[in-house]
Amino acid sequence: MAEVAEQEKVVKAPSEPLFSKKNRKLITDPLTDNNPITIQVLGICSALAITAELKASIVMTIAVVFVLGVGNVVISLMRNIIPSKIRIIVQLIVVASLVIIVDLVLKAFAYELSKTLSVFIGLIITNCIIMGRFEAFALANGPWKSFLDGIGNAAGYGLILIIVGFFRELLGSGTLLGFAVLGDPIDKTGLYALGYENNGFMLLSPMALIVVGLIIWVQRSRNPALIEQE
Amino acid sequence: MARNTDSNTYTLLFAIGMVLVVGSLLAFTASYFNPTITLNKKLEKQQNILFAMGVSEGTLSGNEEDNTSFVSTDKVTAEFGKYITTQLVIEGDKASQDSLAYLIDIKKESDQVKADASYVRKLPLFIGEKDGEKFYIVPMRGVGLWDAIWGFVALEEDLETVKGAFFDHKGETPGLGANIKEPYFYQDFAGEKIYSGSQFKGIVVAKGNADPRNADKNDNEVDALAGATITGDGVTAMIKKDLAMYLPYFNTLK
Repeated sequence: MAEVAEQEKVVKAPSEPLFSKKNRKLITDPLTDNNPITIQVLGICSALAITAELKASIVMTIAVVFVLGVGNVVISLMRNIIPSKIRIIVQLIVVASLVIIVDLVLKAFAYELSKTLSVFIGLIITNCIIMGRFEAFALANGPWKSFLDGIGNAAGYGLILIIVGFFRELLGSGTLLGFAVLGDPIDKTGLYALGYENNGFMLLSPMALIVVGLIIWVQRSRNPALIEQE
Repeated sequence: MARNTDSNTYTLLFAIGMVLVVGSLLAFTASYFNPTITLNKKLEKQQNILFAMGVSEGTLSGNEEDNTSFVSTDKVTAEFGKYITTQLVIEGDKASQDSLAYLIDIKKESDQVKADASYVRKLPLFIGEKDGEKFYIVPMRGVGLWDAIWGFVALEEDLETVKGAFFDHKGETPGLGANIKEPYFYQDFAGEKIYSGSQFKGIVVAKGNADPRNADKNDNEVDALAGATITGDGVTAMIKKDLAMYLPYFNTLK
């Protein structure tokens, strides 16, 4: 049942079963062959919104790993009692209350951190990967498998986020995690002394889409199993 | 499925049960943490006000690296009492002292003016002293691209020159508009004039002012953030609108 549901979800699955008995694959697959962003094309919205700098990408990755890991377990534990007619609403409630509770705890005990994260809270609730994994995996699998699946998919999502964030911050601002790695654009030191300029366009959302497109291109050209047959 | 989870009765009962459980869980968590969260917000306000007038952790420790961090929360109440000598509430043309002026909710005040045009708005103003110099710190609040932005601008005794500023936001885009709370943005405000000649100009967050180092302190302009036009315009509008409300009082001091 689980395998069937999962294979439908995958855009183009290789002929061998994607989800073998090895739970390890639940984590490694979403990193590459079944990446939520580049293959399933989920979670694009937040990938565009917050990848202008590397730090934000990393913070978002950690937040999603946590929420998706825990959320998948909660949904999986409830999977036999959730009425199918209202399952989407139930999923929404679970993820929304989870995120709100985390936000409250952070506000009380780690106020500074919560201020950094506050922007992401809304984005996590509306992240389609979360709903996608609840719907496609946690509703049909046990808690442990669901946990691994949640961590794996969130990590796969985060991997792309970090790659995109890396290039956008490097080419757009000439910095990485806030450190000026290419020199000072105003004093014209380092690379800027040679006439290099930051590309301000990289800071705008459309460039995230183009970077994601390039990643998909590279990934597909290196992995024949992903190439669609006529 | 062993249980009939598709029946209408079950669905309805499940929905009611879920709402009750989740609702009470959230209500309990919220009210349990509320006192701590309120305290955190109060301390943060004190930190922001001190920070705008240039009192940071670095001022206390003497370590310049800490110049961009707030006074730590365990010390801030004591330091706030030490550096902020007077807290005023301006209502119309009279100003009265109120040691809790910093707790005035600017959002509520401006909402009340919107609801009732005859309402006289309470304007908090903080007067601080550091190394024998006197500073006037004005709180402000406006809108960015997605949500509220706010900040504190400290003016020097001439009531024209900015001593320092600090901005914060609720939900601006990380990496773009959210950078209004980064030192390289708000530090540009120091030294800027809010008047051009005798005319009140505020400070404009300007794109293409060709002055990335912000060497010209008399142009009423600071360099904008790339990719954050709307947030920058929000800061400009906020400074202009909220500072203007204090001008009548400032004029009585000159």
